[in-house]
Amino acid sequence: MTEISNVQRPFLEVSDLAVQFPTEDGIVHAVDGVSFSIERGQTLAIVGESGSGKSVTAQAVMGLINKRNADVSGQAIFDGEDLVAMSDEGLRKLRGSKMAMIFQDPMSSLHPFYRIGDQLTEAVNAHHKVSKADARERAIEMLHKVGIPLPAKRFDDYPHQFSGGMRQRVMIAMALINSPSLLIADEPTTALDVTVQAQIIELISQLQQEFDTAVILITHDLGIVAEVADEVAVMYGARIVERGSVDDIFYHPQMPYTLGLLASVPRLNEVRSDRLDPIPGNPPSPIRLPAGCVFNPRCAHQDQVADDLCRTVRPALQNVGPAHQVRCHLPATERQAAADLTLSLLGRPGR
Amino acid sequence: MSAYVVRRVISMIILLLLLTLVVFILFSLLPADPARLTCGKGCTPAVLEANRHKLGFDLPVLQQYWEFMKGLFIGRIYAADSPDPVVCNAPCLGYSFKRGEEVLVLIKDRLPATVWLALGAFILWLAAGISVGVYAALRRGRWQDKTVMGISLAGYSLPSFFLGLMAIFFIVIRLQLLPYPSYVSPFEDPIQFFQTMLLPWIVLAILYAAFYMRLTRNQMLEVLGEDYIRTARAKGLPERIVIRKHALRAGLTPIVTAAGLDLAGLLGGAIITESIFSLPGLGSLAVNSVNDADLPVIVGITLVTATFIIVANLIVDLLYAVIDPRVRLVS
Repeated sequence: MTEISNVQRPFLEVSDLAVQFPTEDGIVHAVDGVSFSIERGQTLAIVGESGSGKSVTAQAVMGLINKRNADVSGQAIFDGEDLVAMSDEGLRKLRGSKMAMIFQDPMSSLHPFYRIGDQLTEAVNAHHKVSKADARERAIEMLHKVGIPLPAKRFDDYPHQFSGGMRQRVMIAMALINSPSLLIADEPTTALDVTVQAQIIELISQLQQEFDTAVILITHDLGIVAEVADEVAVMYGARIVERGSVDDIFYHPQMPYTLGLLASVPRLNEVRSDRLDPIPGNPPSPIRLPAGCVFNPRCAHQDQVADDLCRTVRPALQNVGPAHQVRCHLPATERQAAADLTLSLLGRPGR
Repeated sequence: MSAYVVRRVISMIILLLLLTLVVFILFSLLPADPARLTCGKGCTPAVLEANRHKLGFDLPVLQQYWEFMKGLFIGRIYAADSPDPVVCNAPCLGYSFKRGEEVLVLIKDRLPATVWLALGAFILWLAAGISVGVYAALRRGRWQDKTVMGISLAGYSLPSFFLGLMAIFFIVIRLQLLPYPSYVSPFEDPIQFFQTMLLPWIVLAILYAAFYMRLTRNQMLEVLGEDYIRTARAKGLPERIVIRKHALRAGLTPIVTAAGLDLAGLLGGAIITESIFSLPGLGSLAVNSVNDADLPVIVGITLVTATFIIVANLIVDLLYAVIDPRVRLVS
């Protein structure tokens, strides 16, 4: 069977998404002109430091940003409909049915006063008119699917009777119970033990294949990214600064910030005499984003750019490969030299 | 769970017994002489002595307490060796020679007005306080929130005697919307009952509702920021279910605590409100008894009020377990 799907729009296409929160101290630019797209069955990883706008981007797509407190602009075309322009009620109907989300802290993400079975069936009943017995059956099936032992018995347990990893499994069951086509996982493993992290990531990948789900994985764990992502978007200071395939980002990184991220990952496969290489400085305040390139106050390469461009002109996302884009003023040769240097320090061959 | 309840009830009984002892000793230390109330102007040292013996006040304190406890459980006969003994059947909370009536009978007579006042006001203030509090929380920082909170602060700061007197002055005397309050049992004349109780209910409710509005608003604001509320929204639940089922339930615990204790406190008599609206309740009985130094009545009311509060505490703790499953586990 052959299908021509290339002429269609991407399954989810976010373009020029911006989220601003007016506060007494000024306008917080949480997300500033973010664009990406994703197809069903694919995994897009959004990586970056805390406060870089990853979570707000996800919540804006889900319609979880209260429009009374925030100014959301741009487009997010999901299966032909613009999520940014959609009414609250329209978004509510999509949430939990066609798009779902799991969160960072499974300890606090489940309601402590309700049985997990009731919380699961609630998700079914919010979107489908089904009998109590059918909803229960569906919930138990999902609990089984995410690897909860004795699901029919655990159905009646409360969240505090589950461990952290098990709670995250329950959250995944709840998110996937209506077979959504888009799953946003916002740091799903950050609060978990390392051994459990791998299981949860494995579970998400496995269910993704089963349901042919598009997954947006928000994380700052580059190890997980390397393992499961198809594409990677690196966010810094409310903007995407580099975007490409996993290979592009890990083997042909271009943006100095991406290089810094890669260099600050601890490695076990080599004996190091010196310390980790953190990126010097702190992330920018979202109220006063730096003019020009958002990374310029921390960038070691800005003196290689003529005319003070880094501090005055905002760099555009430019293509450096078929699906590889970077937001940087450095000339291609200088970028390459910086990348080669970092990669060689990491013990990996450059281009 | 049931073992927990039994344990709590037993400790509650022990607490009440200790409480009676403390109250009894405290009041026996007062310089007032209860025997003096029995004879008025006709008191002579001989009569005083005789009456003191009749009442049992010539006994040591602990023995008096023993007599009191015996009266509570098996009844008591005052002045058994005189020609006109006074029989006080169990449970005997004492006998007021000032009023010539058993304390229990006095309290029973006064309790209905107090209970009706407390219950009516309780329902009003909970309904108003919680709904307005939720409303304010949902419109946090906007003019509706600020207005409501301003009004609540005003309501909170108004003393009940001022509110009560103003209500009577304007609504009863000036506008003559309601007849002058005169308490009757609701089973006797429901219309007059409601006409009498309406103002005291509202006055009392305003005072308490103001506090519950703030409490509910703050609770809701805290809970609405919780991760599980975001989860509920991410599931696609309608906002009203997110608010009522997920947020309000989670914010209920401190409201239940405050409500239980406030209601119990009011069941011991709302002294000022009862006085203003001439309601024959426990509060006004307590005030009169203090003025008369009528010790047996004061002891009786103190015990009854304390019992209400202890029982309310127990009920509140049991309600915690109903609201929050984590409490069940601990118990």
